[in-house]
Amino acid sequence: MSEAQTMNTTMTPMLDVDNFTLGYTNAEGRLVSVLRDVSLQVAPGEALGLVGESGCGKSTLALAMMAFLRSGSQVQNGTIRFHEQDLFALKPKMLQSLRGGRIGLIPQNAGQSLTPTLKIDAQLYEALKLHSDLPRSQWRQRAIELLQQVRLPAPEAMLERYPHQLSGGQQQRVAVAMALAGQPELLILDEPTTGLDVTTQAHILELLRTLRQELGMAMVFVSHDLGAVARISERIAVMYAGEVIELGSSHQVLLQPTHPYTRALLDAIPRLDAEGLPPSLPGYPPKVGSITQGCAFAGRCPHAQPICSEQDAPLAALSGHQVRCHLAGELKRPASDSKVVQLPVQSSDEPLLMLEQVQISYHRQGLMDALLQRPAPVATVDGIDLQLNKGETLALVGESGSGKSTIMRAISGIQPARNGQIRLKQDDLNLPVEQRSKALKRRVQMIFQNPDASLNPRHTVFEILQQPLKLYFGLNHDACRDKAAELLSLVRLAPHYLDRLPGQLSGGEKQRVAIARCFAGDPDLILCDEVTSALDVSVQAAVLKLLKELQQQRGVTYLFIAHDLAVVKAIADQVAVLYQGRICQVGPVSEVFTGHHHPYTRTLLNAVLEPDPNHQPVIQGDDCSEQYPPARGCAYQRRCPLAEPRCKEQLPPWKTDGGNRIRCHLELDALATLIDRPQMIKAVNA
Amino acid sequence: MLKLILQRLAMALFTLLTVCVLVFSITEALPGDVCTAYLGRDAQGARLENCRQARNLDQPALQRFADWGTGVLQGSLGTSLKRDKPINDLVATRMRNTAVLALGAAVIGIPLAIFLGVIAALRRDRPADVLISGGSIFAMTIPEFVTATVLVLIFSIQLQWFPAVTTVRHNAPVSELLPNIVLPMITLALVMMAHILRMVRSAMIDVMASDFVQMARLKGVPFWRIVCLHALPSAMLPTINIIALTVAWLLGGAVIIEQVFNYPGIGTLMIRAIYDRDLPLVQAIALILATVYVLCNLLADLSSLALNPRLRTTR
Repeated sequence: MSEAQTMNTTMTPMLDVDNFTLGYTNAEGRLVSVLRDVSLQVAPGEALGLVGESGCGKSTLALAMMAFLRSGSQVQNGTIRFHEQDLFALKPKMLQSLRGGRIGLIPQNAGQSLTPTLKIDAQLYEALKLHSDLPRSQWRQRAIELLQQVRLPAPEAMLERYPHQLSGGQQQRVAVAMALAGQPELLILDEPTTGLDVTTQAHILELLRTLRQELGMAMVFVSHDLGAVARISERIAVMYAGEVIELGSSHQVLLQPTHPYTRALLDAIPRLDAEGLPPSLPGYPPKVGSITQGCAFAGRCPHAQPICSEQDAPLAALSGHQVRCHLAGELKRPASDSKVVQLPVQSSDEPLLMLEQVQISYHRQGLMDALLQRPAPVATVDGIDLQLNKGETLALVGESGSGKSTIMRAISGIQPARNGQIRLKQDDLNLPVEQRSKALKRRVQMIFQNPDASLNPRHTVFEILQQPLKLYFGLNHDACRDKAAELLSLVRLAPHYLDRLPGQLSGGEKQRVAIARCFAGDPDLILCDEVTSALDVSVQAAVLKLLKELQQQRGVTYLFIAHDLAVVKAIADQVAVLYQGRICQVGPVSEVFTGHHHPYTRTLLNAVLEPDPNHQPVIQGDDCSEQYPPARGCAYQRRCPLAEPRCKEQLPPWKTDGGNRIRCHLELDALATLIDRPQMIKAVNA
Repeated sequence: MLKLILQRLAMALFTLLTVCVLVFSITEALPGDVCTAYLGRDAQGARLENCRQARNLDQPALQRFADWGTGVLQGSLGTSLKRDKPINDLVATRMRNTAVLALGAAVIGIPLAIFLGVIAALRRDRPADVLISGGSIFAMTIPEFVTATVLVLIFSIQLQWFPAVTTVRHNAPVSELLPNIVLPMITLALVMMAHILRMVRSAMIDVMASDFVQMARLKGVPFWRIVCLHALPSAMLPTINIIALTVAWLLGGAVIIEQVFNYPGIGTLMIRAIYDRDLPLVQAIALILATVYVLCNLLADLSSLALNPRLRTTR
């Protein structure tokens, strides 16, 4: 990393952001600054990470590096120069040839950023037409080369596809290929792995690392995920409320963070190797434009002094890295600002939810299928046996398409199980939701992933909370109001929130309202579908803590879906690892994470990222997603590095090790020893 | 893909069959029958008997439906009561005239509406948009006979460029018809454009705000290439059904405009047939118009398939 520093000082920067201030006109017609006095440089070949939580301005800054402003925005001060040239002074024609040419972009959501009506070949050819000198006759050849370069299998066939025919990881690779078509010197990556599965994410990050070595491009890597940033960047700029508050090498920033915000942010990330819940950061980031004086973080800072809210903090150089904090010098010794939260488990042995041999299929055997005697396709979810005790949390983990949500839909009655038994104590949950009694519906409640979509934007918080209270308990208006205020205090929100609309709340506050609504029915079982994945890390820690506390107070049981294994480790008591709708491994969290692993569990754990530049995930197998589960044998047979012939024929037996149960043909000892042998680990491009 | 097209075709045939049954049963359900309706006050004695015998009305309804259905399948729509001629001959030229008029209006109106809709979307809330959107609403709200009258006043009476009413016979060659269709064509175009235009505008505004359009801009794709190649195909998807309904309306429903301009089209013929209580003719025209609607919707479905790869390909 010292290499990067020397490059920084000896070479003129390729990209120079100088005192850049960007404003936009808000709903009240006032010009507010979303970026304030941002100064940073990117040297040729260097990778800079831009991190921060939602709304901190990192994406706005990244897009400004391509001279792209959202409508209503304007440059208030400063410049962004690319090779000495002011980007905002360029003529439209010049800008067009720069964008997608010397400066390439890899977007956040490739699935939505590829034009849905054009085939992959047309979109690649367009990039070549605009940004290369190749004659038309060579486009196809070059497009195939590019697809090979991003390690896509069968590039010729890929050219003929439409974006929706590709998996998320493949779409992201196509987006990378498209950016490479312009032979960029600088690649801007705007949350390129957000929304991908852990394994796919590890593969894409590995690809980006390799490409950088091969092609020597500079990168600006924007992400909220410090683990992903740590994989790519040599230097990291931490942003808060439109300002760069800490800037230094990734070792300095991640391992010796100085700014209180950076520290709190790093502390709030759940880790696989830590016990209990991570400490949360109090409060929420300030609204854009609300801070005109003093340090933007002062309101949430545990070390804040009077000076912090009175004077703007300067960006002080501190042994090689820059920190925007009045107290930077005094806080230099990193001390853990807050402690990990440990809450005792209060589960009982009383079984609450039971699933026995549950089979779920979205396919319906139609008249034509019956007439032609076509066999039904393999069920989406099959052979699910789970038992959940009262007051416990069971987490379902697995990649997208692993059947986690399908199981939840079956329990909630939206997509009833085709075979098997689902029971809540003595009550039958096989019934579709329309046929369940009101009392039964009340006992099973759900919290959704995205509170923006699950709360009616035209209802006030009171109206949202009133509905279950009226429906289940028949309370009158005044009683509802009292009860609603009580529910809000339960989720740590003040009563004046009752008359707000969801649009006036922050993401974390909205999710709290959604939690309050769920508790309004006084349920026994709560289905939590990725409840924190739309939230920022600092808010996520607080919401996880809230859920855990509520469980202790109310004795509720959670069925938790998450893709983040560290989150699962922090909140769950039991965990079931699913692949293609089949359980691979199930047991108490402590034993599943530390004991023997199913090859698939191992793959997932190996792909987990840590916010540490020295940490390297191990990549196993390939990341191709499968469309259908195999008809017989082990569900994981196609991707398993240890697969044997019998895995394709016979359903593996359960192997038990205490409470930890693994469905695999191999002996447990064989699993423990074989899995880490280097030859078993396939490289990405094998 | 082929399976989808066959499904749509089967659906269309089924709809047409239902329409046949409906049209026939409604005629049956009317009080009296074809002959009492047609003969009116004279419906008694030998005339009524003769008429009934000539029309096979003494046969059971199912038998007559079978006969009528077979005729339709063989391409014969029956015989007109009043005119005592095969309905096919009556309908053919009128349908041709209406088609010429509708085609003209569609060829002018649809591309213009799409173009103006795109412009309005791109210049959202600016003068060009206000002018286009406002103007289209204005054109849509005024009843078409008022528009027609105003156009006649200006272009026929003041400027004397085009004839005010059609004076040629229904079976005149198309070349003779042409000067007569200009004014009805403009009127039709004005009335229909607003629906398409507004749909294109709102779809285009949505699409221009989408991630893939922003991505195309950040790839350095020139603006008009983004509009035409990346955005417009997606924006056309919700518009296709509106266009299909409009074309169907042009081919079958422009009754009032044909009346105002005394244009010898299918609408005028239908009005006459109703005045004359010529039920077999009404029945035939109803069937034709229903077929036009079904075909237009079928075309819309097929064009959606062509435009939207998500519909015609699977993962």
